[in-house]
Amino acid sequence: MSIEVSIPTPLRNLTNNQDTVQVSGNNISEVIEQLDVQYPGIKERLADEQGNLRRFVNIYVNGEDVRFMQDKATAVKDGDEVSIVPAVAGG
Amino acid sequence: MSEPYFSSLKCRECGRLYPKKAVHVCEYDFGPLEADYDYERIKSVLTRALIQSREKSMWRYRELLPIDGEPTVGLQVGFTPLVKADRLAKALGVKEIYVKNDTVNYPTLSFKDRVVSVALSRAKELGLKTVACASTGNLANSVAANAAAAGLDSYVLIPADLEQSKVLNSLVYGTKVIGIHGAYDQVNRLCSEIAGKYGWGFVNVNLRPYYAEGSKSMGFEIMEQLGWEIPTHTVVCMASGSLLTKIYKAYHEFIKIGLVPESKFTVHGAQATGCNPISLARKSGTDLIKPQPKPNTIANPWPSALRRTDIMRCGPWSRRVAGRRMRRMRRSLRASSCWPRRRVFLPRQRAV
Ligand SMILES: [Zn+2]
Repeated sequence: MSIEVSIPTPLRNLTNNQDTVQVSGNNISEVIEQLDVQYPGIKERLADEQGNLRRFVNIYVNGEDVRFMQDKATAVKDGDEVSIVPAVAGG
Repeated sequence: MSEPYFSSLKCRECGRLYPKKAVHVCEYDFGPLEADYDYERIKSVLTRALIQSREKSMWRYRELLPIDGEPTVGLQVGFTPLVKADRLAKALGVKEIYVKNDTVNYPTLSFKDRVVSVALSRAKELGLKTVACASTGNLANSVAANAAAAGLDSYVLIPADLEQSKVLNSLVYGTKVIGIHGAYDQVNRLCSEIAGKYGWGFVNVNLRPYYAEGSKSMGFEIMEQLGWEIPTHTVVCMASGSLLTKIYKAYHEFIKIGLVPESKFTVHGAQATGCNPISLARKSGTDLIKPQPKPNTIANPWPSALRRTDIMRCGPWSRRVAGRRMRRMRRSLRASSCWPRRRVFLPRQRAV
């Protein structure tokens, strides 16, 4: 078992065009670190030098926005679904 | 054809340039892409006289809208009345107020016709055959009607539990309505997956850089209708925040190309108390905007689709308007002979 991460289109050139990938980790920071080990370069797209999520990057754990939980420290466990989504404004 | 005045798409975060395709986010930081123009060249051709010689529609400012050639969709949109509302000014105790009545836009009676006609004109230039949107109201109607007129296939994605009656208007235009089960992130992902896989143009997703620019036309018209000047105060209903930022941009563009004199102005955003995520964020000093899943207001937003924008950056503040006050304001507006769904109050001397 591991965590399933959905990759949005702008990042798929880093994941060999895979739209979902499997990683392990106990929180969002670790998931991002693990992603970067498997797909080098992905971390700097998602987080700044201090490791904070970039302004326009949204990460959801089982449909919940991590910014309204513990942000990059939000805990994840095996079987969770993490999705990375560019911000989209309403209409 | 000569070189277009609209040069490229530019990331608002890092400034990287992108080709003028159906893309909306920067690959490096997910920053939103925005249309960039050759203002020097526009300045050399666009004069008040040229604008005034053209049809009374939003397209009289076409050099400042993100299309390459002539517009093809929504040619009649815009140039709605700017109504001087003396009785309203008196009731509110200010010297002079104007109301921009965008409820008389063709064909679907809302300001969405502006943004949609730019998005669809660009969609045709890009060779897209199918356009779509995720919406529950005005936007769906506008996409359905304008797509039908333009001969484009259209789809409207709505929450699966939305009442049928809300989309009846859109169905009349022959659009295909699809109910979606899922949370915000899933709907959002679905839209960009479909856009990527089938080459559809989602007006508020991959066509957003074009779509959003359409809102500027309301600002251009206000300045021209006031006799080529910027109102001291502009009050804009907040909705997704896009209209407010684009009116602000429009004012700056006219200053930049010398169509209006530079002056001090403020753009204010108004939100109903029952659904005021931007106002709340502003008050708590954060730029983190929390969606309100259960709005309680007579206004008609889709708050779950609201996300961080750069509203905070452009300086205006937002003010909440309670339901009772909003009803009272609507009554005053009706009394002054116009009742816009999109309220733009334009007091020129004092803030309301
Ligand atoms: Zn960027």
